[in-house]
Amino acid sequence: MTAIFKEFQPHSRDRSVEDRRRHRELVEKSIKENIGSIISEESIIGKSKNKKIKIPIKGLKEYYFKYGRNQKGVVSGNGQEAKGKKIPKGDYQEGNGQGEDSAGNDEGEDIYETEVTIEEAISMLFEDLSLPYLEHKQFNEIETQYGSKRCGVRDKGARYRLSKKHSMIEKIKREKRCKRAMKEAGIEFDENERIPFHESDLKYFYKKPKMKRDSNAVVICIMDTSGSMGQTKKYLARSFYFLLYQFLTIKYMNVEIAFVAHTTVAKEVNENDFFHRGESGGTYISSGYEKALELIAERYNPANWNIYTFHCSDGDNWGEDNDKAVELANKLCETCNLFGYGEIKTSSYTSTIMSRYLEDVNKPNFTAVKITKKEDVWTAFKQMLAVESGKKAVAEEEADGLHA
Amino acid sequence: MDYTLKDLERYNTQIEEIAQEIGLDYYPQEFEIISFEDMLCYEAYVGMPSHYSHWSYGKTYDRLKTAYKYNLTGLPYEMVINSNPCIAYLMKDNTLALQVLTIAHVYGHNDFFKNNRMFTTYTNAKVTVERFKTHADRIRDYIQDPSIGYEAVEKILDAAHSIKYHCGEFEPMRYTKPEKTEFPYENLLEFIKYYGNLEDWQQDVMSIVMEESRYFLPQIETKIMNEGWATFWHYQIFKRLGVPQGLELEFYKVHNGVICQVPGNLNPYYIGFKIWQDLYHKYDGDFKKLAQIRTAERDASFIRSHLTYELCEESHLCEREEEERYYVVSEVSNEEGWKNIRNTLANSVGMGSIPTIRVKEVLRHENTLVLEHVGDGVNLVYLMLQKH
Repeated sequence: MTAIFKEFQPHSRDRSVEDRRRHRELVEKSIKENIGSIISEESIIGKSKNKKIKIPIKGLKEYYFKYGRNQKGVVSGNGQEAKGKKIPKGDYQEGNGQGEDSAGNDEGEDIYETEVTIEEAISMLFEDLSLPYLEHKQFNEIETQYGSKRCGVRDKGARYRLSKKHSMIEKIKREKRCKRAMKEAGIEFDENERIPFHESDLKYFYKKPKMKRDSNAVVICIMDTSGSMGQTKKYLARSFYFLLYQFLTIKYMNVEIAFVAHTTVAKEVNENDFFHRGESGGTYISSGYEKALELIAERYNPANWNIYTFHCSDGDNWGEDNDKAVELANKLCETCNLFGYGEIKTSSYTSTIMSRYLEDVNKPNFTAVKITKKEDVWTAFKQMLAVESGKKAVAEEEADGLHA
Repeated sequence: MDYTLKDLERYNTQIEEIAQEIGLDYYPQEFEIISFEDMLCYEAYVGMPSHYSHWSYGKTYDRLKTAYKYNLTGLPYEMVINSNPCIAYLMKDNTLALQVLTIAHVYGHNDFFKNNRMFTTYTNAKVTVERFKTHADRIRDYIQDPSIGYEAVEKILDAAHSIKYHCGEFEPMRYTKPEKTEFPYENLLEFIKYYGNLEDWQQDVMSIVMEESRYFLPQIETKIMNEGWATFWHYQIFKRLGVPQGLELEFYKVHNGVICQVPGNLNPYYIGFKIWQDLYHKYDGDFKKLAQIRTAERDASFIRSHLTYELCEESHLCEREEEERYYVVSEVSNEEGWKNIRNTLANSVGMGSIPTIRVKEVLRHENTLVLEHVGDGVNLVYLMLQKH
């Protein structure tokens, strides 16, 4: 009785392909379902696109009955153990070596997490929207000159662009022509006679201005940081801003982001302060809008920038400020590509300011959304996008009109 | 590969001679040389040459691949299937020493599969490969059936997998609906198969999952014994095998890796090897005595009867309880504690790590199945499973 040895078959079929594909598909499905809660954990800017984020997979857990924590287990130790001694988890290097799943106390097996980069997650997210914006990109492009490029030689030009080489070549060519002509005509001449440069020999480098097609966008995030905006509400706002920012990064080449925090007065802050600094006091929404208009005037000329302004608040504006807020909201609609208002509320009633906006801000590029829980973020975002693409449809009609 | 298939065959002949001298009694053996990717595949698909498709295997494959890529765990050297003829895989990029060790190790498993009572009673090695293939074929047929389709099959498999180990441990397999239903009913898979208002094909899927789990039960129940047995014999065989010195050194290095103890874990290879070695000395190398134990026992009884105080002490075995952030050592291997440790270990090995759940009653009008957990005050993490 001798064993049979089977030679290596180099072209074996990988049968796991289909199951891996299905698993991956389920992961993606799960990501899409959970995107609201995933992105609320993430910092909006200043992180690398390749950063991995961990996504807990609901749909991919394999369910089974297992013992909870209070089951006793036997392990080998290092001889230092004493009865009653507490050993912090992670003190031992666990799960190494040949020893397979140690029975019973294999934590973490059931919580399966997958890692994807933020970019992957975002592209998965936007993949299914079949957004119309891609065709319209040229509308948002702005041509700017950056530098110039040498491009041949010309007869005229500034003296400092004189090309000695090209001028010399011209001179030699003229010299040769001249001598040949004289020879043919039978005119005597001195071979060593020096022929000077002539005006027509001089050649100048030509520089062509280099144009770049650019598309710039700025997201102005305005947030109510008054006492009533708690951390949870801010997180919801943050998820929303994150999506908006990511979306615009796909759409435009340069995307800047500015943060305006307001209570009764507004100031421009950095991201960290924007989300973490809580202030007490009342609310004048108009102050935030004023600040945003100020920023636009100072730094983001609408001729060069596509401006997206979005305001998040819980809607507890002081009554006397409402008129002014509505007025400035209208003004923002005029200067921005899109102006949005997101009301973050944990209760369902609509605030005065929200209903005022809905009545009095009748601009096609205005949108008001309501966010009450994590899951709403994505819906609200899609709603906002509908407004964005609706506006584009109008622009397209106008363009067609011009052609006709 | 700096060796040829001929080299392996030559070593194998020697190993077989020694194995027969020792008295190992095994099925005809087949070795297949495979690649790294093949090994991942076999590992994900529980070693079987053909197996039905389900996303969980794709998940396992990807997880294993990532783990190996980041060096979190090594590839298994051996993969042996309880079948007749016994199939084992050798990875082509392994060194000669590793191959020799694996070949010797495989004969230990092969002998164990052929002789251990668990295996001889509950599995049929002759039809293993064929059975897994028909399972795969049947599942594929259901997927391709336009009236059933991919998602319906996946759904029932998802559900069945969640209770796959509640498959009527060591009761004879039943092929027809029982005439009288007796509660409590321990075999959840079978219960749902017959009483779950399932269509024929769904019932068949339940049987497929049940048959597969039952095939693996003996392996779960004898992990320590079986690995210990194979490790002990590969060690013995190698000692009698005259090999060049370089090979010898590498062999011992690998062997020591296999049986290394990692504090905070329990390495079944280590503990099994130690107990068998202990018994070998106890019976003065009498193979017949060892063979009797190998035939009759499973992990729980093996540990209860043969794990000694000296061994507990030497291995620094301790019993611990888990709290949220730390473990509390509840027993250490001293004169008072070691028996408790032995008993806890015997209770938690094999199927001891899987809670006993049984059907208490069925409330037809509420469409509810009442399950109960039979236990001794141990908490359950109850992960909800859905039906339909």
